[in-house]
Amino acid sequence: MTEITAEHGLDPSPKVSDEVRCTTCYMCACRCGIMVHLRDGKVRYIEGNRKHPINRGVICAKGSAGIMSHYAPSRLSKPLLRTGERGKGEFREIEWEEAFDIAVSWLKPLRDDDPRQLAFFTGRDQSQSFTGWWAQQFGTPNYAAHGGFCSVNMAAAGIYTIGGSFWEFGQPDWELTKMFMIFGVAEDHDSNPIKLGLGKLKERGVKVVAVNPVRTGYSAIADEWVPVTPGTDGLFILALVHELLRTGAVDVDYLLRYTNAAWLVVQNEGQADHGLFARNAAGKPLVWDRARNGAVAEDAVDAKPALKGEVRLDDGRRAVPVFELLARTYLDERYAPANVAQETGIAAAQIQRLAGELARVAFEEEIVLAQPWTDMKGVRHETMIGRPVSFHAMRGISAHANGFQTCRALHLLQILLGSIDCPGGFRFKPPYPKPLEAHPVPSSASTPNQPLRGPHLGYPRGPEDLALDDAGRPIRIDKAFSWEAPLSPHGLMHMVIANAHAGDPYPIEVLFLYMANMAWNSSMNTEGVIAMLEAKKADGSYVIPKIIYSDAYASEMVAYADLIFPDTTYLERHDCISLLDRPICEPDAAADAIRWPVVEPDRDVRPFQTVLLELGVRLGLPGLTDAEGKARYRDYADYIVNHLRRPDVGPLAGFRGERGERSGRGRPNPEQLQRYIENGGFWQEHVPADARYFKHANAGYQDWAVEMGFFDGPMPVTFQLYLEPLAKFQRAAEGFGNRVPPEHLRPRMKRTFDPLPIWYPPFEEETLTATGKLDGFPLHAITQRPAAMYHSWGSQNAWLRQIHGRDPLFVPGGICDELGLKDGDWAHVISHHGRITVPIARMEAVNSRTVWTWNAIGKRKGSWALKLDAEETTRGFLLNHLIHELLPAKGDGLRWANSDPITGQAAWYDLRVRLEKAERPAAGSEPSLSATGSPVAVGPDEVAFGKEWCR
Amino acid sequence: MRPAYSIVLFTTASGAGYGMLAWLGILGAAGLLPMAPPFGLAAFALAVALVGTGLIASTFHLGHRERAWRAFSQWRSSWLSREGVAAVATFVPVALYGGGWVLLGRTQGPWAVAGLATAGMALLTVYCTSMIYGSLKTVPAWHNGWVSPAYLILSLASGGVLLSAVAALTAEAPPELTRLTLLALAAGLAVKAGYWRHIDRPDDASTAETATGLGRIGAVRALLSPHTADNWVLREMGYRVARRHAGTLRRIAVILGFALPLAALGVTLAVAGFTGALTFAAAVSLGAGFAVERWLFFAEARHVVTLFYGEQRT
Amino acid sequence: MTCLPGTSAKKLGLVIDLDTCVGCHACVVSCKEWNTGGYGAPLSDQNAYGADPVGAWLNRVHAYEVTPAGQDAQIVHFPRSCLHCDDAPCVTVCPTGASYKRLADGIVLVDEDWCIGCGLCAWACPYGAREMDGQANVMKKCTLCVDRIYNENLPEEDREPACVRACPSRARHFGDLGDPQSEVSLLVLARGGFDLMPEQGTRPVNKYLPPRPKQAREATDRGAAGVAAGHERPEGFLGWLDRALDKLG
Ligand SMILES: Nc1nc2c(c(=O)[nH]1)N[C@H]1C(S)=C(S)[C@@H](COP(=O)(O)OP(=O)(O)OC[C@H]3O[C@@H](n4cnc5c(=O)[nH]c(N)nc54)[C@H](O)[C@@H]3O)O[C@H]1N2
Ligand SMILES: Nc1nc2c(c(=O)[nH]1)N[C@H]1C(S)=C(S)[C@@H](COP(=O)(O)OP(=O)(O)OC[C@H]3O[C@@H](n4cnc5c(=O)[nH]c(N)nc54)[C@H](O)[C@@H]3O)O[C@H]1N2
Ligand code: SF4
Ligand code: SF4
Ligand code: SF4
Ligand code: SF4
Ligand code: SF4
Ligand SMILES: [Mo]
Repeated sequence: MTEITAEHGLDPSPKVSDEVRCTTCYMCACRCGIMVHLRDGKVRYIEGNRKHPINRGVICAKGSAGIMSHYAPSRLSKPLLRTGERGKGEFREIEWEEAFDIAVSWLKPLRDDDPRQLAFFTGRDQSQSFTGWWAQQFGTPNYAAHGGFCSVNMAAAGIYTIGGSFWEFGQPDWELTKMFMIFGVAEDHDSNPIKLGLGKLKERGVKVVAVNPVRTGYSAIADEWVPVTPGTDGLFILALVHELLRTGAVDVDYLLRYTNAAWLVVQNEGQADHGLFARNAAGKPLVWDRARNGAVAEDAVDAKPALKGEVRLDDGRRAVPVFELLARTYLDERYAPANVAQETGIAAAQIQRLAGELARVAFEEEIVLAQPWTDMKGVRHETMIGRPVSFHAMRGISAHANGFQTCRALHLLQILLGSIDCPGGFRFKPPYPKPLEAHPVPSSASTPNQPLRGPHLGYPRGPEDLALDDAGRPIRIDKAFSWEAPLSPHGLMHMVIANAHAGDPYPIEVLFLYMANMAWNSSMNTEGVIAMLEAKKADGSYVIPKIIYSDAYASEMVAYADLIFPDTTYLERHDCISLLDRPICEPDAAADAIRWPVVEPDRDVRPFQTVLLELGVRLGLPGLTDAEGKARYRDYADYIVNHLRRPDVGPLAGFRGERGERSGRGRPNPEQLQRYIENGGFWQEHVPADARYFKHANAGYQDWAVEMGFFDGPMPVTFQLYLEPLAKFQRAAEGFGNRVPPEHLRPRMKRTFDPLPIWYPPFEEETLTATGKLDGFPLHAITQRPAAMYHSWGSQNAWLRQIHGRDPLFVPGGICDELGLKDGDWAHVISHHGRITVPIARMEAVNSRTVWTWNAIGKRKGSWALKLDAEETTRGFLLNHLIHELLPAKGDGLRWANSDPITGQAAWYDLRVRLEKAERPAAGSEPSLSATGSPVAVGPDEVAFGKEWCR
Repeated sequence: MRPAYSIVLFTTASGAGYGMLAWLGILGAAGLLPMAPPFGLAAFALAVALVGTGLIASTFHLGHRERAWRAFSQWRSSWLSREGVAAVATFVPVALYGGGWVLLGRTQGPWAVAGLATAGMALLTVYCTSMIYGSLKTVPAWHNGWVSPAYLILSLASGGVLLSAVAALTAEAPPELTRLTLLALAAGLAVKAGYWRHIDRPDDASTAETATGLGRIGAVRALLSPHTADNWVLREMGYRVARRHAGTLRRIAVILGFALPLAALGVTLAVAGFTGALTFAAAVSLGAGFAVERWLFFAEARHVVTLFYGEQRT
Repeated sequence: MTCLPGTSAKKLGLVIDLDTCVGCHACVVSCKEWNTGGYGAPLSDQNAYGADPVGAWLNRVHAYEVTPAGQDAQIVHFPRSCLHCDDAPCVTVCPTGASYKRLADGIVLVDEDWCIGCGLCAWACPYGAREMDGQANVMKKCTLCVDRIYNENLPEEDREPACVRACPSRARHFGDLGDPQSEVSLLVLARGGFDLMPEQGTRPVNKYLPPRPKQAREATDRGAAGVAAGHERPEGFLGWLDRALDKLG
């Protein structure tokens, strides 16, 4: 640039870096591609990788701040063995050899006697297919990741209903959609893609409607705001459904082709088969053929299925098509907009207008793509027809005790509009959709020294698949797949410590946690959980005898572990973002990615996965060892390349085959990681043009999916408007079958396991109402993810903590006026379980009965290498102290879980509170727990990163 | 604005010093000041000391004092630069005039020209100082017609009181000086009162609505700060003194800075005796009062940047 | 010389779309990251791990609550950095000449080797765009990434400001606002881009695009008349269904 004169000695073209290495970000679970600029062996600068399918070059605040986490003073540097009491944070540094010896001495006897005595639960890592496989080899049934307290409602409802769900399994058709509704999303895992998508919608002037009690972030830029009362989305959605049905705005053709709308449901009230599908001898569901006036298998090619009317089956039973049941249910006045306005806080007129807009856009602004394709029945279509309305949702609807049914209701709405996997609608990302049949059922039977027969986590089809022993008691420590949470495919991590403490269903010996801050922000009732971790038996030993933990940083949880495996940072290790696990695919491409050590650790730390492999070898786990007991995999990198899940299918789908020429399936390629590195850390394969839409029923897509190794044969999906497994549980609740729930659970199961999506009030509210206490807790209290913070681990980051170092409770203006609260005042926030005292801030753009705060800003004194007076400890707080893992006592002598009754999802956002004006407590926000000791030194006063590169 | 003590000291001390120099220049040239050598020596010494202290103090808040010399370069546009240049230039006539007075005992004839030049340059320097603040549109409490007059008059008033005290202690305070000082004090009080009345009316030119440009949609209220702790901009420009305290401090400034000195000097005119003690007391009181006044000048001034951080108006 | 260079023909600057900004702070941190090891002294942080941490940042994002009469309050996320004013008061007040505006492209910069850290330029800036670095004691401000936009060590496509490169919702645009035909100028024209505090007379180069008007929410609980256009139901829902099925054949 010659025209620029060198004024003031300015160099407009300075050197940037010595080298750029492409890897995958892990400042959150979004997994963007990043380019790490290195200078003098140090990380100079991190930017987004333009070629990467997830982030296309952009990077978020956390990603840019990765430098500050990578070099954080809170990093652990050596294996640690606890010396003081739990919680004191007193440790002895030990060598790795000793660490392995101790772990083996703790674990080996368990494997020999009773593998259940090990509970292995993992958090925000992204290697569940690996950690789950390890636990399977160990033979314990007690394994899960964190999904149970995260968003299993969303995932489970999606898989059971449409064979996929939002985020990991699908996304809006950002390019073509013409109206977009977003429910209860603050950030989601798809952090950058959603922002990129919204940017595209804005560019095209597409209408965005946000359903959210709080109008920040994505809701702030939405064109319309629906300030729904927390926990009532189901009702709102079903009112939209009511309107669509009332006005005949449903895609009947779509329903007939892709859903079970015409399947016949047996009507046999009071009998074992009531509510189940009528099936032929081969077990195929039946439909009523209007032409033949008789029942035929649902996949009969030429049938003209009836959608209404009652029929008599050959065996004399009465049956009606799903759609008849559906129409009857939702046309009921119960769901009329005027009748839900009060509960949802949304005016009937707004509901009606929105239903009208959805219908108009879906049916009058139809998209027709001139793209021929062939469906699973072999019928060729010349075009792809799109209903360009799209939806996205996340924990705002899923973190409630009615979340499973609410998520199902949303899928129902999408299906009625014909907008799933069509142009302009919601699109699946390969390898989804996957029908229920493509998923395993849970395995739980354990035998000493034997691997578990199958994966721990799966999708029960009915009571027969539950993880119960012969006495009907839960087999798993978290009681997943028990009557309390039958369809809990992510497990119930939030119940592990409480159950282990109570010895219910049985005590365990070793609690092994990885990357989950269970002594703090990922637990409900944080103080209670801490007490459980500290609790001792009469003989002075701990109730939970041994705790092993792997963290990379000095988190709150570290102080509660007995043995610590210090992990590397994300820039120092191999990771594998696998199609077997949580894919990074886009609707138009299958994709996976790796992390690799772009810098070497400068501490005595090791990548946890490699540690886990080593531990497994020392324990002699099958799968990890060969016939001579030698390690099969040198380290995790070796595992990534050489492990096979099925013949020719391994953790990475790219550059397979001996020469790296194969995609999806192929022999292991010794050069595979190198090829990934050369390719920017990821691999992607585009979906063929005729396979881009209608993947659930598209022969072209199914063939491609088989070729890629997603399935071994085609796996089309029929959308399940009516969910038969739920009907089976209802029958069990009526006492039918050889596995029936305990008496006390029956009424609730009968009510909530409705095979058609329903709405019922959140349990916390219902329980408070039943005991006459609701008036004492008139407000809803929720949290939101701040875009520039990731859970607890952003606070150690010198840059991010300046953006969110404190968090006030945001209180609606009307409530402030009622209570005489001003910005900067303090208030007691009181729930049925406890009281916290926190700073408040006034806000108008929020549902008038809802208070909220940012998630996980509050920190325990002594953690994260922060000074004891860090503002996170004095002006930050956790709402978790108010949330209990159990519902308020109902007086029935039982304490019910504060979870969704179907999936066990933790109902974080059902919290009810009241506010009282308070003085600022001397020590700042309360509770103010005592400081823990720390295995790391407090960070320096001043940071001036980049000094060495400045003139 | 944050009332940095170095700047409070700088403006009050150098203001008083230049005020003294202005009186020395004008009244000396007019032959209205005592010619007793101790007076001349003490007066010039004190004036130069005050000016010097002020100038040195003014460098205390610099991040790089070693580069302060660069500040003389931008006199074409920068009032701070102009102030620096004027301050240094003033030393030329001061040296001539002071030398003539102290060493030769002469203030008349050609020396009077140097005296007038001293006064002119002193007042010009004070004017430049005032314009450092007065030129800032961003601070409505400074960007108005009251600021320069106030600086000039207060400089003369404080210089007058100090010179009276020096005269009373070393020779005899000439009644002309006392009367003019009383006049300056009264005028200063009037200007200050006018100033305060002026700044008490909120300035509506810039508001949260114009700052964000969002006024076209509706009323604007800051909800989330960009960073949860205060930043340098807020510490520097977001400083606010509570209204209640400001009222009290203004009263203290009026009493100590104006009322007591007026009374004390008034008494010296009416009654003989105690002149030294009274003028000295007046000087001490005024020093305290003016320091408070100057502290308030900063502390009460609101910067438009605060409109981004929650203020509705400045 | 701190006098302004006269009006530069080329006026490089940013256009920030308030309709699209989700307030994610991506631009804030990527700005800090790029600039802390680049132009001038690092952007240091004091009390980095203690109470009240404070650091130098060149770009910050606010959130405002804006309430139109009779409607719901809205929230507008609002990034704020140097606007590279045409009549930059920060430049003219600078006593040392450290602050200057480039004739070539209008970028306002600080020469940190000349800066005495007097802070006057920050006082003169209406927008809070200048921050004193707590360690180097020199004035920091947005450089418009002058060391990126002309940097021959970067690929052509990356020669844009770090904040623009990072912004995930594409709310930030960079270009020549002196050229009425440039993309950014056309965008400003089309969307009614505006100046911040025009009354300050600074004539900012950077422009802001206003949030588009929002759909007002019905306050009444009374249902509107049948609204789904084109779909009546004279014989009730199931009658309609029959016709729908017939149509499908
Ligand atoms: N009130 C309230 N509570 C909530 C939620 C809410 O919305 N509101 N959300 C819930 C949800 S959805 C979730 S997912 C949980 C999340 O809560 P957690 O699962 O506890 O997540 P993090 O706080 O991210 O902590 C994970 C731990 O991983 C550690 N870590 C970070 N990087 C590494 C690494 O590279 N290696 C290793 N070994 N460790 C590392 C961190 O130091 C930290 O200790 O919180 C839950 N809690
Ligand atoms: N930056 C950042 N990104 C993250 C994380 C993070 O910590 N930081 N965490 C990751 C994790 S583990 C998860 S699980 C995801 C979660 O991603 P999100 O689901 O986006 O996260 P939440 O913050 O729980 O958002 C819940 C949203 O729902 C709203 N809400 C609450 N109750 C209701 C309701 O009843 N109805 C409706 N309609 N809305 C409601 C809240 O106001 C909030 O906006 O984010 C992931 N991404
Ligand atoms: S969203 Fe941000 S933190 Fe998460 S992976 Fe992408 S760049 Fe990293
Ligand atoms: S925004 Fe402030 S710093 Fe930037 S040019 Fe304008 S006045 Fe100067
Ligand atoms: S702080 Fe530096 S750049 Fe600003 S006015 Fe003073 S010398 Fe100039
Ligand atoms: S242009 Fe560069 S320096 Fe300016 S705000 Fe953007 S990133 Fe920061
Ligand atoms: S990065 Fe873009 S969307 Fe995010 S705060 Fe900055 S301008 Fe707004
Ligand atoms: Mo989560």
